[in-house]
Amino acid sequence: MQRKMTVKTITLLLCLVSFVSFGENKDAAKGDKKTEIKEYIQHHLKDSYDFSLTSYTNDAGEKVHWGFPLPVILWDNGLKVFSSSKFHHGETLAEVDGNYYKQYHGKIYKTDAQGTINYDEEHHPTNVKPLDFSITKSVVMIIITGLLMFLLFRGLAKSYANNGGIAKGFGRFFEPIVLYIRDDIAIPNIGEKKYMKYMPFLLTVFFFIWFLNIFGLTPLGVNVTGNLAVTASLAILTFLLTNLTGTKDYWKHIFDPLGDSMPWYAKIPLYIILIPIEVLGIFIKPFSLLIRLYANMQAGHIVLMSLIGLMFIFKSWIGSPLSFGLAFAISLIEILVALLQAYIFTMLSALYFGFAAETHDHAEEHDGEVQHL
Amino acid sequence: MNLLEDFSIGLFFWQTLLFVLLVLLLKKYAWKPMLNAVNDREEGIKNALDSAEKAKREMENLQADNQKLLKEARAEREAMLKEARDIKNKMIEDAKDQAKEEAGKLVAQAQASIETEKKAAIAELKSQVANLSIEIAEKVVREELSNKDKQIKLVESMLGEATLN
Repeated sequence: MQRKMTVKTITLLLCLVSFVSFGENKDAAKGDKKTEIKEYIQHHLKDSYDFSLTSYTNDAGEKVHWGFPLPVILWDNGLKVFSSSKFHHGETLAEVDGNYYKQYHGKIYKTDAQGTINYDEEHHPTNVKPLDFSITKSVVMIIITGLLMFLLFRGLAKSYANNGGIAKGFGRFFEPIVLYIRDDIAIPNIGEKKYMKYMPFLLTVFFFIWFLNIFGLTPLGVNVTGNLAVTASLAILTFLLTNLTGTKDYWKHIFDPLGDSMPWYAKIPLYIILIPIEVLGIFIKPFSLLIRLYANMQAGHIVLMSLIGLMFIFKSWIGSPLSFGLAFAISLIEILVALLQAYIFTMLSALYFGFAAETHDHAEEHDGEVQHL
Repeated sequence: MNLLEDFSIGLFFWQTLLFVLLVLLLKKYAWKPMLNAVNDREEGIKNALDSAEKAKREMENLQADNQKLLKEARAEREAMLKEARDIKNKMIEDAKDQAKEEAGKLVAQAQASIETEKKAAIAELKSQVANLSIEIAEKVVREELSNKDKQIKLVESMLGEATLN
């Protein structure tokens, strides 16, 4: 009964929202605000060269930035290290050793003294992009998370030694999670014998992703796990670990999936199709990991920030509280997603490690496959 | 979507470097000691449970042993008592038999000596009777032969008898 009521209320509210937003669409004056919000969201989703906490326009019409600059490290015929404060939040050119650099759409380009950016037909800049190893906001967050994890888990590990095998203190909260990863992720997928080899990676990757996801939900507004470079790095590590520790059976499964169930001349036509599929599978597995984490976190941030942005567009008694409520609900879901994505990444990594570590004979399995074919 | 354009080599580099470093550091300082401690603890709990179970079983065994010992002791006491009683009975029996035998022997001896005594007595009696009879006969004969008449008479009677024979 109560659930029915809730559903009705939500439907009613949704109708109101669509009505209100339809009404707002007609208002041309709101267009600027929308563009601003869109740009703000896009800016937020990207990495940045300074750690900005907030920015606003003061009464004098100047933009005031709160935050601190970070070091920019470029390789452009020699190492160039300078503070990101030289860019003045992307508003000015930075001059280092006679070279001029300009920020354009979150990237650093080498320009002339006037800061001219040349474009090709598709409006892409053609300026030289120097190799960029800057300590960006994401890198800072990675370092902070790493330090936090190191202190937290080192303290936890020490408390075992000091208390006769029983965890003490704040870290105790994480012990069941560590045990869960061991007992319900690593051991069932990899097996009792070999799981220990992969445990450090699985545990680190789980807590790393989880903590960074949670940091992404704080008002710090960092979007580290929603960055392709970060998820790609994690996925490539999973890929390397899987294939470098792969057993003979693992490779046999890829290059000779049918085994002895068929004579070799019968296998040749099948293998023309099967082997490319299996080989492609090696790469698709980690690729799905990188896209899944990236897309989930990116989408979560876009939805959440859009809903928050709606509050400023509506500016009405119905719309703003409603979008606030929706944003709040999505935030709660995002907290769950933060954990879920960390779990999925760890789980699937463990599954792939399990493939790599398997040594048992699977003749029966292959018989089944042959019948399917 | 310009995903590839957004891909930052720098961030990738730092992420990989820092993450690998983090994995190695945590492996050495956190995960290994932690998992070992947890394993040790679990092993300890398992061992403690096992040994408790073992102690319980031992206790039960001990109790059973005690019960058995008690039973055995009781049976032994019973047996000892029975044996003692048997020995006592046997001794009494033996004593009785011996006594009976002794008594029988005594009686037989007594009878034998009585018999000899009797025989001796009879023999003595016979000799005394004979002596007495001779004495009497002597006396009678002396009396008879004290006067001549009578002597002649006797000789005559005897002669008479002898001729007759």
